[in-house]
Amino acid sequence: MKIVMAIIKPFKLDEVRDALTAIGVHGLTVTEVKGYGRQKGHTEVYRGAEYAVNFLPKIKIEVAVVQGDVDKTVDAITATAKTGQIGDGKIFVIPLDQAVRIRTGESDGAAL
Amino acid sequence: MMLKRPTSAGWAVLAIGVLCAVGFVDAALAQTAAPAAPAATDAAAAAAPVPNKGDTAWMLVSSALVLMMSLPGLALFYGGLVRTKNMASILTQVFAIVSMVGVIWTLYGYSLAFSDGGSMTPWIGGLSKAFMHGIDANSTAATFSNGVVIPELAYFVFQMTFAMITPALIVGAFAERIKFSAVMVFILLWVTVIYFPIAHWVWYVAAPDDVANAAKALAAAADGAAKTAAQAKLDEVTGAVGWLAGAGALDFAGGTVVHINAGIAGLVGALIIGNRTGYGKDLMAPHSLTMTMIGASLLWVGWFGFNAGSNLEANGTTALAFVNTMVATAGAALSWLLSEWVVKGKPSLLGICSGAVAGLVAVTPASGFAGPIGALVLGLVVSPVCLFFVSTVKNALGYDDALDVFGVHCIGGIIGALGTGILVNPALGGVGITDYTNITGNNAGTYDLVTQMIAQGKAVGATLIWSGVGSAILYKLVDLVIGLRPSVEEEREGLDITEHGERAYNI
Repeated sequence: MKIVMAIIKPFKLDEVRDALTAIGVHGLTVTEVKGYGRQKGHTEVYRGAEYAVNFLPKIKIEVAVVQGDVDKTVDAITATAKTGQIGDGKIFVIPLDQAVRIRTGESDGAAL
Repeated sequence: MMLKRPTSAGWAVLAIGVLCAVGFVDAALAQTAAPAAPAATDAAAAAAPVPNKGDTAWMLVSSALVLMMSLPGLALFYGGLVRTKNMASILTQVFAIVSMVGVIWTLYGYSLAFSDGGSMTPWIGGLSKAFMHGIDANSTAATFSNGVVIPELAYFVFQMTFAMITPALIVGAFAERIKFSAVMVFILLWVTVIYFPIAHWVWYVAAPDDVANAAKALAAAADGAAKTAAQAKLDEVTGAVGWLAGAGALDFAGGTVVHINAGIAGLVGALIIGNRTGYGKDLMAPHSLTMTMIGASLLWVGWFGFNAGSNLEANGTTALAFVNTMVATAGAALSWLLSEWVVKGKPSLLGICSGAVAGLVAVTPASGFAGPIGALVLGLVVSPVCLFFVSTVKNALGYDDALDVFGVHCIGGIIGALGTGILVNPALGGVGITDYTNITGNNAGTYDLVTQMIAQGKAVGATLIWSGVGSAILYKLVDLVIGLRPSVEEEREGLDITEHGERAYNI
């Protein structure tokens, strides 16, 4: 099993979620995060105080999938989250040792 | 039942309670005693004037409006500008200052500011009206018109709201890095030693009717001896005033007494206490410009009470002050917006709110003296100057006047006070100088630019020196006894938790 972690632009969340549902992924976790890569921040000015704000708001999606679904999950996210502009984000695939469904006690593949 | 030994806070509450109880008894006994006899005893001042219902209603409404300027106007204006971890501390400081000064004013503040001080009258009042001695529902206070009075209770509470907001302005300068106990003790001392005297210097004036009666007596005096006596009486009446009022300084609603005063006290505090930890490096952006805008809006609406209410009655001059407060503010808000757009590239919400406040500050001393176009020009002029001070000057000198109390209130107040000297000129649409001894000439006085600017300069200078030096001494004193600043760890965690044990936000 793997966790597919994607950092995407916030307005792309609904499109990505729909695409994942279409390929059979039925659960995900969403977090509001800040970060930067090659996309530059902006400057805020409050009267005399100038602040360079380098962190941009992003959305982090985490999806747990079985090994066989990793590629189509990554493809679905890449296709829908992409705008072609700097700041589209990144996807990380991370090994997952164990998964448990709390309600039923099912584990691993049956839990996803 | 086991009674606990009172804590130090408990003793303090007990002491205040005893003082108030004494005050109640004293005031109650005083109700039936005749107040000090008015100066007018001759036939010319036949029936004493009684308050008009419209004037009384307006003064009470104005008092409520000025209280609203503090709570929640100033509280939210300042609160929105600090970080979330310090929001409750700002709100509590403002609320507590307003409350404490309300008590102090009642006990002895009104008396020190607005009673006769005998030989000390040019400098400070006495304690004849402490605990509201001699003041009841029938007591009257003079206005700026002959034959017009308002209930003294209305004057008392109106002036109380000014005494409440002035010290509350100061805390913006050292926001986010002061102990609450230090604020309370400092302000207690500050209003007593700085505010009450300055208010007395500028606003303790001779009643128009007292002056007119003495002038009539002089005009009616037959021979040399009678004339000399009448002149002495007139001099006594016109001389028993605060020294800046006697010098001819004009300050309609408090450019010097409130804004320059609080502004310089704030700057001195910011310098003595030092910059916030992480200033210049950490992100210290306002946590809610929405709250700041709500505060600025409430300040604008409330300020009609502050300026127009300072006419002490409801007439054409009141309407003039009201209009000036509208026009100067609109001009200043627009001026800051456009100046910032040009200089910094973007028009900001904080900018337009700051411009409105700067305009309100500048028009405060001029509100009942300038004409509307003069007020508009004042508003247009004050914003670029204040913008320069809160950005270029502040950054160049590196002091952390967190909420720009000096840059907006002191500088804006100075521009307003000096501008008043220019704009009161009838040739510029102003109302001109009033001379209550000129009973046949409709109280018209003569305006001279140089004379007036010297008087204005005295008021500005005296305020800067007394408040600047006096506040410095008081800060040092409080620092020695209690300590002004929380520790660096406490400051980093946030004053809400460390000083008040609560969060403004639990989301």
